[in-house]
Parts: sequence; C-alpha cells; structure tokens
Amino acid sequence: MAVLVIADHDNSTVRDTTNKTITAALAVSPEVDVLVLGEGAASAADAAAKIAGVRKVLLAQSPELGRLLAEAVADVVVPLMEGYDALLTPATAAGKNVSPRIAALLDVMQISDVIEVVDANTFVRPIYAGNALETVQSSDTKKVITVRPTTFKAAPEGGSATVETIAAKPAAAHQAKFVSDEVVKSDRPELSAAKIVVSGGRALGSAEEFHKVMDPLADKLGAAVGASRAAVDAGYAPNDYQVGQTGKVVAPALYIAIGISGAIQHLAGMKDSKTIVAINKDPDAPIFQVADYGLVADYKTAVPELMAELEKV
Amino acid sequence: MKVLVPVKRVIDYNVKVRVKPDQSGVDLANVKMSMNPFDEIATEEAVRLKEKGVVTEIVVVSIGPQQAQETIRTALAMGADRGILITVDSIVEPLAVAKLLKAVIAEEQPQLVLMGKQAIDDDNNATGQMLAALLGWPQATFASKIEVAGESLHVTREVDGGLQTLSADLPAVVTVDLRLNEPRYASLPNIMKAKKKPIDIKSAADYGVDVAPRLKSIKVSEPPKRAGGIKVETVADLVAKLKTEAGVL
Repeated sequence: MAVLVIADHDNSTVRDTTNKTITAALAVSPEVDVLVLGEGAASAADAAAKIAGVRKVLLAQSPELGRLLAEAVADVVVPLMEGYDALLTPATAAGKNVSPRIAALLDVMQISDVIEVVDANTFVRPIYAGNALETVQSSDTKKVITVRPTTFKAAPEGGSATVETIAAKPAAAHQAKFVSDEVVKSDRPELSAAKIVVSGGRALGSAEEFHKVMDPLADKLGAAVGASRAAVDAGYAPNDYQVGQTGKVVAPALYIAIGISGAIQHLAGMKDSKTIVAINKDPDAPIFQVADYGLVADYKTAVPELMAELEKV
Repeated sequence: MKVLVPVKRVIDYNVKVRVKPDQSGVDLANVKMSMNPFDEIATEEAVRLKEKGVVTEIVVVSIGPQQAQETIRTALAMGADRGILITVDSIVEPLAVAKLLKAVIAEEQPQLVLMGKQAIDDDNNATGQMLAALLGWPQATFASKIEVAGESLHVTREVDGGLQTLSADLPAVVTVDLRLNEPRYASLPNIMKAKKKPIDIKSAADYGVDVAPRLKSIKVSEPPKRAGGIKVETVADLVAKLKTEAGVL
C-alpha cells in the first residue's frame, strides 16, 4: 500500500515540515510518494526527490495551485487517491485548509494533527489543547491525515527519486479566486522551523512596545518572534506570530517567553520545546510550571540586561 | 440574504481538562460548558452583517445533546433569529456534522455559512472545509475580514506567513479566526427576548444521515508532564545556565 505526502515548499526548496511528514508517512508504509503543487515549483520537486525514502515525486502546476486554493488542490488530489491508501499533509495553515476538503470528497473522516503513528490504522493526536492525547483507530479504507511536524524527526537527504509531471485540472466555475497576498517579508527564521523562538505576551502593553522589545532580542539570537493569543487579541502582534492551540505549534531548542502568563492554550503550542525560559514579574504565573529556567523580573529591566549579557557570549 | 451559523457546545475554555482514570475520555461531569469561542465570533459576524442590512435572517444550528439548546439560546440572545437543534447522544465527528449541515442547507437554502474554524474540544479544524466540499461550494477558511458585495464575498484569511485575500461568489462557506471581531455580551433584555425565539428540535434520523463514527477511540491519556525547572535570580545567572547547563547558546 502506497501513501502520498503533500509537500510544503517555497517553490525553490521544500520546507522542513515536508521532511518530517515523510518520516510520519514512512511509519505508515515504505512506499511514499510526494506531491508538489504550485506554480514555478520544479526546483522544489527536485529537492523533494532528494529526500531519503521517497519513491516518486509528482509535480502539478497551475496559477490556482500556486496559491494553494483548496478547490484546485482537491481537484488534483482526489482522483490521485485511487492509487494510494493514505494521504499525509503537514498541519500548516495551508494543510489544514485543504486536507479536510479532500477527506470529505473521499468520504473519509480526517485524522487531524497526528503526533504518533502506532500502526497503519492507529494514530495518537492531541485533543483539548493538548491536555489529553487520544489514540484513535480508523475504519476508513483510505486514511486522510494531517501531521503535526514538530513531533517527527526530519527525513534526511539521500534519495534519488524521479519527478513525474501530472496535469492540473482547469479551474472550476464555482470556486474561490485569489485576489491578493500580504506576506510579511522577514530575514528571521520561520516560526515553526526556528531553533530559537522569543515570544511576547500581553504584559508588553502595545504593538509599538512589542516590536521595540522583541525584534532586537530576536535579531540578537537569530530567533523567530512569537506571541501569546492575548498579545495577538490585543493587536500587539500579527496573528501569524501566534503560538498555541489555535495558532502555531513550535518545539525549538530554546523558547523564551517574555511577559506571558502561560494560559493552557499557549502552553499547548510550546511545551514540547527543549529548553523553556520564562521572564515574568508575577512569581505565580503558570508559565513557571513548565519553564526550565524562570526569572521573576519586569521585562523592562530584564530584556535590556539580557541583551547586554548576550553581547558577552 | 440568509446566513446559517453552526454552533457547538463545548467545555468552557477556562476549565482545566481532566482525563478519566480509566482512560475512556475526559471528565465532563459537572463541568461548565459554553459555546465554542470561534462559533461566538461567527455568530457575532452574522449579527454585524444583519445590523449593516446585508443579512436578513440568521439561523443557528447545533448538533449535540438536549442541553445544546442553551448554546442556541446564547446565539439567539446575541441577535440570531431562530434555531435548529439536531439531537444526537453520542460523539459526532466532523464528517457526520458536515453531512447533517448539508441536509439542513438543502432545506434552508442559506447564501452563506459562517462557522468557527475549530472546536476547542476535539481540535479537528475540519467541519467547514468538509461542508464546502460536500456542497461543492467555495471555501474561505480562517477569516480575519469579511466583506459582502452583492452576490460575492471578499475574505481576508490568516495564512502561513501573513494574509491572503480571496473572492468567492455566493453561496460559500467561511470559517472564522480570532481576529475577525470581538463577540458581544448579550444584554438582559436580549436574553429575555431570546427565550421567545423559536427552536426546532430534530434528530439525525430525520435527515437520514448515518452518524456512526469512523474513528474508534482506543484510549485517552494524560500527556507526559513537563518537570518544573528552577528559578534563577539574575539575568547573568540565566545566560550562564543556558550556556553551560542547557547548551543552547
């Protein structure tokens, strides 16, 4: 039984999330094909072909696929699934958007946000913001799965699969159309792939203060910037900074939480980080219960001190 | 324009969830239940569209136990016009919910479905996309801004790395994200008024939909606990420990 992985890529190369999803796929079946959808994505397909364990790469291109519109993606993937027993997609915003549409068209109940593959029919997934882990067994003949990338190791390079081009379907009449993108260009690493993440919370008080405090610290550490839901809700940080149950799930080597109290829903997004540092002036803040190193201090004095100390490292 | 807003009764977001000792699920006995927060945002958006004169009727649907009537009443108190409760006693998965909603939509003929992107209990983030698929309608998920212009929509979506704006002709399914709006609290007069608004009570069988789950729950367990760490006194201490003990700098 062969399985298909939808790649997450930026046209020139595949993102780490793809390698991690391939690891999950290899736990389901040794026959793993990768589907690269996009426009001008041939280099990404070549990169996917070099990942160890990949049998074949399929490349489909069209303007709609370049925007990852769910309707267009489903039109390509649903007929392909005749030849596969499972579909695995990284649980990114794009993956979460397209995967359930495909599942419904196949009359399959999706298994969302899988963190462990027990066997080809049995999977572990977090529920209730990660406060419980449910092991589920699927009775569907085909499986449609989204994979939480942070819990799987990245499949290394070392493959030499072939790339096969397949046709995209012409756009259907009644589907959403792309209007515009507003992508924040940043030299910082991507939040979900960064080795170090510095996150700010509501204590920062304003959008201006958030950026004044967090940006230089992130740049000093080569880190990505995250935020709590409270900071996003208050408008201090954009939504794609959000770490938590309803935002991104991260597991960097070092996570520094600044002025974050540690609500259940925030912990759900960062508690698998290797080392957690919390700086908060409230000694009773729940964030200290998960922090390896807690510093009870006002960020206003602690962050400048931290910048100065890092200068010496 | 008629809008359909599906709402789910879930454990209140402030409640600390406890796994049952026999690993059969989480303990929901005597726990505060509320409307799924994302569904509140969807309801609020529908009410705002009605206040702007874009929407003429808001129909709220809930699929769940009898007590889900309370969830419908909450939406009615916020400004929805009437409710439909489809009673089911067991767990219904997003695929079955989408099929039931499709059957409701065949009767109600709404132009727009506004719903939460995710329920905070099973965290699936799937029902809206599945419903759009089954209807063959366009989907716009994770909306942070919705504009209705005549027979079409402009929806700005929260995507990886920023925002994406899509247009779609109606009818369409839109799932909402956090930043779309801040839901109102229902006023006392509106809560009283909501008690008089009609709720139709149906069962899954009325729609001829098979709601048998496809996923069998083998067990529900506690996640591994993270051992608490230490408090450091100074920033210099912290940096030294990160360097030597944790080896992350």
